Amino acid sequence: MTAYILIIVSAVLVNNFVLTRYLGICPFLGVSRNLPTAVGMGAAVIFVITCASAVTWGVQVALLNPLRLEYLQTIAFILVIATFVQFVEFVIKKTSPGLHRGMGIYLPLITTNCCVLAVAVLNIQLQYNLLQSVAFGFGASAGFALALVIFAGLREKIDRACPPESFRGTALALLTAGLLGLAFMGFAGLVKI
Amino acid sequence: MGITIAVLTLGGAGLVCALILVVADRFFAVHEDPRIETLTALLPGVNCGACGFGGCVEYARALLAVVGATPANLCPAGGAETAHAVAAMLGIEAGATDKKVALVLCGGDSARAPRRFLYNGVADCAAAHAVGGGDKLCRHGCLGYGSCARVCPAGAVEITAGQLALVHADLCIGCGACVKTCPRKLIRMIPAGRTIHVLCNSPEKGPAVKKACQVGCIGCTLCAKLAPEAIQMNGFLAAVDYARELDNQEVVDKCPTHCIVRR
Repeated sequence: MTAYILIIVSAVLVNNFVLTRYLGICPFLGVSRNLPTAVGMGAAVIFVITCASAVTWGVQVALLNPLRLEYLQTIAFILVIATFVQFVEFVIKKTSPGLHRGMGIYLPLITTNCCVLAVAVLNIQLQYNLLQSVAFGFGASAGFALALVIFAGLREKIDRACPPESFRGTALALLTAGLLGLAFMGFAGLVKI
Repeated sequence: MGITIAVLTLGGAGLVCALILVVADRFFAVHEDPRIETLTALLPGVNCGACGFGGCVEYARALLAVVGATPANLCPAGGAETAHAVAAMLGIEAGATDKKVALVLCGGDSARAPRRFLYNGVADCAAAHAVGGGDKLCRHGCLGYGSCARVCPAGAVEITAGQLALVHADLCIGCGACVKTCPRKLIRMIPAGRTIHVLCNSPEKGPAVKKACQVGCIGCTLCAKLAPEAIQMNGFLAAVDYARELDNQEVVDKCPTHCIVRR
């Protein structure tokens, strides 16, 4: 049990995907203009990555490893993830229109998010088993959502603070992201893996 | 040999994925009332929420849920045109629509209405208003930090160089979001097409207004005497009664502080 908690804490705080590994920067900068969208995106990412890590682990173990096709990992994972996201969108649309309205528009955005692929690939590289993979996927995506929500909150406040004209927009967003990454460096060494 | 296995595996996986999606699409197909889409297309699509529903799609759903239960004239952004189009499609009465636009009841820009102190905090009207009653000397005038401009779904509110909110009536869709946001309650919804306005919100007596702003209403009652049917004195503040027509150039010319304008 402790091992799983350690995996999650390490993925959320110590090796945060956005702020320490610099993965998924595109949605991190793009979907962080206001808090509600950031929360919706964060929830969608948590759901997709957690499930996708289980699915891709299965593909690797059941399909690629026995056939010695490990070099096709990237392309196979993208195929499976894209299908899975699309499938989930169908299911959500049918079963829960409310959830679809809140989360649905973010789902297609996530298909090609490098965060999702990175989790899938890292699961194999770190030689995790199925449960560890799911725990790692959940931790990594929760870390992504955490960073996204914090960042959106910061950006909302910064917009109101009248920054100098030349700093507005992407410039200040990147500076803020850097400072936020610096803050997360404080967690380094919290968990040794 | 290796390449054949690779191609077959990936191709097979792709085929399986495609099959899954095809089956899922059939199995989970959602049968939505096609009229919702047609009706949504008739609405302006700004999702301002002025109709009282969560957005244009929600309004379309409500219109179709029980035809006739929801009036067709709830969309102020679309006005009469949309109401008639919606009513024609559903076969119900369009109902009365009068286009309304927002008006900022303040003309005191930074050149004419001085500030009491230098406010250096969060650029938001509510926040500025909370600090000692706002940095503007006039406690009833527009602070100009753009809270109304931020909530406007149509981008109709401009913050002028003189730090004053200005609603462009031609862009205003009449949703009233700015009216709800303004902490000083100095934005009003008025019928569209009106030209003469008293641009002041200060109910204070003449000397106090004069100290705070060069273009405030000092309560001289001159305009109320010139156009008694359309302008009423509200204590020390003249107010245009928009229910009546007013096209009297004299009140604009005679106003001693030029707080009545034609726009």
